[in-house]
Amino acid sequence: MISADLNVILPEILLALFAILALLGAVYTNKDAAAGVMVWATAIVMALLAIWIGMTSGGTTRIAFNGLFIEDSFARFAKVTMLLSAAAVLAMSEAYMKKRGLLRFEYPVLIALSVVGMMMMVSAGDLMTLYMGLELQSLALYVVASLRRDSVKSTEAGLKYFVLGALSSGLLLYGVSLVYGYAGTTQFAGVMSLASEGPTSLGLLFGIVFVVSGLAFKVSAVPFHMWTPDVYEGAPTPVTAFFATAPKVAAMALFARVLHDAFGNAVADWSQIIALLSVLSMFLGAVAAIGQTNIKRLMAYSSIAHMGYALIGLAAGTELGVKSMLVYLAIYVTMNIGTFAFILGMEKDGQPVTDITALNMYSKRAPGKALAMLVLLFSLAGVPPMLGFFAKLGVWQAGVDAGLIWLVVASAVASAIGAYYYLRIVFLMYFGAEGDDRLDEGKSSLLSGVVVAAAVIMVVGIVNLFGVETAAISAAATLVN
Amino acid sequence: MDHHLLSIITFMPSFAALILAVFLRGEDAAAGRNAKWLALITTTVTFLISLFILFDFDPSNTGFQFVDEAQWLMGLQYRLGVDGISILFVMLTTFMMPLVIAASWNVETRVKEYMIAFLLLETLMLGVFMALDLVLFYLFFEAGLIPMFLIIGIWGGANRIYASFKFFLYTFLGSVLMLVAMVMMYADAGTTCIGGCEVSLLTHTFASDTFSIAGITVVGGLQTMMFLAFFASFAVKMPMWPVHTWLPDAHVQAPTAGSVVLAAILLKMGGYGFLRFSVPMFPVGSDVLAPLVLWMSAIAIVYTSLVALVQQDMKKLIAYSSVAHMGFVTMGIFTFNQQGLDGAIFQMISHGFISAALFLCVGVIYDRMHTREIDAYGGLVNRMPAYALVFMFFTMANVGLPGTSGFVGEFLTIMGTFQVNTWVAAVAASGVIFSAGYALWLYRRVVMGDLIKESLRTITDMSGRERWIFAPLVVMTLLLGVYPALVLDIIGPSVAALVDSYDTALEAAGAAVQTASE
Repeated sequence: MISADLNVILPEILLALFAILALLGAVYTNKDAAAGVMVWATAIVMALLAIWIGMTSGGTTRIAFNGLFIEDSFARFAKVTMLLSAAAVLAMSEAYMKKRGLLRFEYPVLIALSVVGMMMMVSAGDLMTLYMGLELQSLALYVVASLRRDSVKSTEAGLKYFVLGALSSGLLLYGVSLVYGYAGTTQFAGVMSLASEGPTSLGLLFGIVFVVSGLAFKVSAVPFHMWTPDVYEGAPTPVTAFFATAPKVAAMALFARVLHDAFGNAVADWSQIIALLSVLSMFLGAVAAIGQTNIKRLMAYSSIAHMGYALIGLAAGTELGVKSMLVYLAIYVTMNIGTFAFILGMEKDGQPVTDITALNMYSKRAPGKALAMLVLLFSLAGVPPMLGFFAKLGVWQAGVDAGLIWLVVASAVASAIGAYYYLRIVFLMYFGAEGDDRLDEGKSSLLSGVVVAAAVIMVVGIVNLFGVETAAISAAATLVN
Repeated sequence: MDHHLLSIITFMPSFAALILAVFLRGEDAAAGRNAKWLALITTTVTFLISLFILFDFDPSNTGFQFVDEAQWLMGLQYRLGVDGISILFVMLTTFMMPLVIAASWNVETRVKEYMIAFLLLETLMLGVFMALDLVLFYLFFEAGLIPMFLIIGIWGGANRIYASFKFFLYTFLGSVLMLVAMVMMYADAGTTCIGGCEVSLLTHTFASDTFSIAGITVVGGLQTMMFLAFFASFAVKMPMWPVHTWLPDAHVQAPTAGSVVLAAILLKMGGYGFLRFSVPMFPVGSDVLAPLVLWMSAIAIVYTSLVALVQQDMKKLIAYSSVAHMGFVTMGIFTFNQQGLDGAIFQMISHGFISAALFLCVGVIYDRMHTREIDAYGGLVNRMPAYALVFMFFTMANVGLPGTSGFVGEFLTIMGTFQVNTWVAAVAASGVIFSAGYALWLYRRVVMGDLIKESLRTITDMSGRERWIFAPLVVMTLLLGVYPALVLDIIGPSVAALVDSYDTALEAAGAAVQTASE
C-alpha cells in the first residue's frame, strides 16, 4: 500500500531528494564554486522530470495517502508547465547571477524546494496538503526574494513578501479551520459532498471567503496585490522572472483545484467573488502600469492584469473555463519567460538597467531582438495574431458561455487600456529619439535565443498551439465533474 | 475547386517578407535595392495570380468561391473564400500594392523593414477580405494595425508619435468591442463560420426581440446591441463622423505610401465589414439604426467638406475629403436597396483609385519641396505640365465629374438614398458642391497662376517612374467611369442576394413581432 502511494509521488520525492542530497554535498565541498554547475543540474533534473510526467499516459487518475494527494491529468498539466518554466528561468539566471556575485549554492536548492511545494499544491486532495505545499513553496520564495543580502531593496522585498505572505497564510488557515469546523473533514471529497446537501451553510461560506482571500494573495489578485510591485522590483531579476511564472501557475492551479474539487457544489457562491477579483485586477493592472518607468514594476502590474484575465476562466466555473485558464497560463508563462530573458539582457556598462527609457531606439542596435520583443509585447497586449490574443479569446469564450458578459466586456475595455503601456515600450524601441543612453551589446546568445524562441512560439503557435490545448481539455475534464 | 490560390496570394507577400527578414543582410544601398525589387516582384506576381482568380470567378454564383479550408485550434476553422462583394476588394488590394511599392522607391532609411511592413500588411489586408471565419477575420483585421502603427511611427512626419498612438488606440478600442460581440455571436449560433458551412452566421437568425435593460428599451434587442458593437469598430475604421479625427492625423504623418494604403485599402475594411457582417447578420438592428447612420453620413459629407475648405495642409485636405467620400459609402449601404449598395461598393473601389492618386500627387511635390503647405506652392503648371494634367484629372474625378469613376459611385448612392430618405439625399447632394469647392480651390492655389515663388524655380516635372505609377490609375478611373458595368456585373448578383435576404429577414422579424402582439 505504502509503496503504491510512494510510487504516485515519486517525482516529488526525487526532486526533494535531489535538493537534500545537494545540500548534504555542499557541506563537504567549496559550495559556491559549484553553484554554477548546480544551477544547470537543477534545471536539467526539472526538465527531465517534466518530460517524465508529461509522458505519463494521459487520462489516468491516481490517488495516494487516502485522498491526501491526487495525481491526475490536471496536476500533470500544471506540473509540466511549472517544471519547464522553472528550468528555463534557472538556465537564464546562471550568467546574470554569477556576474553580480549572487550565485550562491542555496539558490537552485531553494528553487527546487519551492517547486516541490508547488507540485504538492497542485496535487492537493486535502486542505492539509494544500497548506503544507503552499508553505513549503512560500518559505523558499521568501528567502530567494532577499537573495541580494546587502541591498536594501532586496531585503525590503523579502521582508514585505514574508510579512504579507504570513498574513495571507493566516487568513487561509483560518478559512481552513472554519471549513473543517462546519464540514467535519479536511478532505476535498468530504467538503464537496457536504456542500451538495442543500444550500451552503453560512460558516462554510465564511470559510470559502477566507480560503479564497488567502489564495488571492498568492496569485496577486487585487485587492491582495500590494506586495507584488515592490517584490518584483526589489528581488534580483532572475528571481522576479521566477516569481512571475511558476508560482503563478501553481497558485492558479491550486485555486482551480480547491474551488472545483472542494467547493464544486457552491459555484454560484464563489463565482461572483472570483469575478470581482478578476475585474479589479484587470483594471488596476492596466491603469497602474501606465505611470511606471521601471520595467520590472511594469511587469508586476502586467502580471496582476494577466491573473485577472486568467481568473475569468475560473469565474466561469465550468470545464471550458478551467481549460481556457490552463491554456492562458501556459501562454502567459511562455510570454513572460521571453520578456524576462530580454530584461535580463538589459545592461549598461555591465550594470543591470531596468528603466525603460534605456531602450531608446533599441531597434537600431539589435533589430532581431527588438523585433522579437515587439512580438512578445503585442502578444502580452493581446493583439492578434499572436498567441496572447488566443489566450484572451479562450477565457472570453468561457466567460460568455457562463453568462458573465459584463465581465467579458469589462476585460475588453481593460485590455484596450493596457495596450498603451506595452505600446510605449515598442514606441521607445522603434521611434524614440537618438540619444547616448545606450545599452551594452547583448552578448549572451542564450538570453537572445530565449527571447527569439518565445517570440517564434507566439507566432507559430497559432497554427495548433503545439497540442497544449488538447492536454488542457483533458486536464479540465478530470477536474470538473 | 481544389487549388489553394487564395491562400497562395494571401501568404505569398509574407513569405517574401520572411525571406527579406532572414536572408537580406546589410544596410547599404544594394541591400535596399534588392529589398525593393523583391517586394515589387512579389506584389506584381500576387496581382497576376489574383487576375487569374478574377477571370475564373463566376459572378452569377452568389455563394463563396475558391473556398480553402482546414481545421484550426479552439474549434475554429481556417477558411478563405471570395464572393461578389469581396472579390473586388481583393483585386483592389493586389492592384494597389505594386504601385505602393513603386511609389516608395525613394525611401532610403531602413528599407528592409519598410518593405517587410508593407508585405505583411498586404497579407493581412487580403486576409480581411477573404476570411470566412469570424475569428480569422478579427485576427487579420486587428493585426493590420501593427504594421501600420510601425509605418506611421517610423517613417512618418514630425508629429508621427502622436498620430501613430492615436491611430492604434482609437481603432483598438473599437475592435475589442467588436470582439466581444463576436464571442456573443459564437455563443448564440454555435459556430464561427461566416458563410458556406452547414451552420453559418450569414444564415443564422439572431434574436431581435425588444427588451429593456436598466430602464432603456432596446428595440431590435440583441441584434441592435451587436450591431452597435460592430458599428463601434467599423465606424472608426471607415471613418465616420464624429470618430474620424484619427484619420487626418494619421494621413498627415504617414509617409506617402502609407497614406496611399490607408486611403485606398484600409478605409475599405469598415465598409466591407458593414456589408459582410452588420447588414446581413443583424438586419433588424441595421433597420433600427439606419436613420441614424444615414444622417451621420449626411453630416459627415457636409461637415468634413467644409472643414476641408479651410485646411492649409494638402494631405489633411485630402484626408477630410476621404471622410466625406466615405460618407457616401455608409449612406449607400444603409439604404439597403440595389442602387445604394451597388453605389457604395463602386464608390469604395473608385475612391481606392482616386484618393490613392491624390496622395501620390501630393507625394510627388512633397518629394521635391518637402512641404505640404498649400501656400508654399503656386503656378506649378509652368514647370510641371504633365503633373498639372494628372492632378487636374484626379481633382475632377474626386469632384465626381461624369466620365470618371467618382461620378458613378456618387450618383448611384444618391439615387439609392433618394428612394429612402429624400432629405438626406438632398443634403448629401449639396455636399458634392462643397467638394467641388475645396478640390478646385486646392488645384487653383497649387497649380495655376504665375510661378512667383523663388523656391519653385527649379522644380522638375514628373519622372518616368512617377508617370508609370499614375498610368494604371488614370486608366482604371476612366475605364470604370465610362464602363461601370465592369464592376457592377461582378457585384450585382451578390448584392441582389444580399438585398433579398435582408428583406426576407425583416419581413420574418416583422411577422414575428406581429404574432407576438396579437
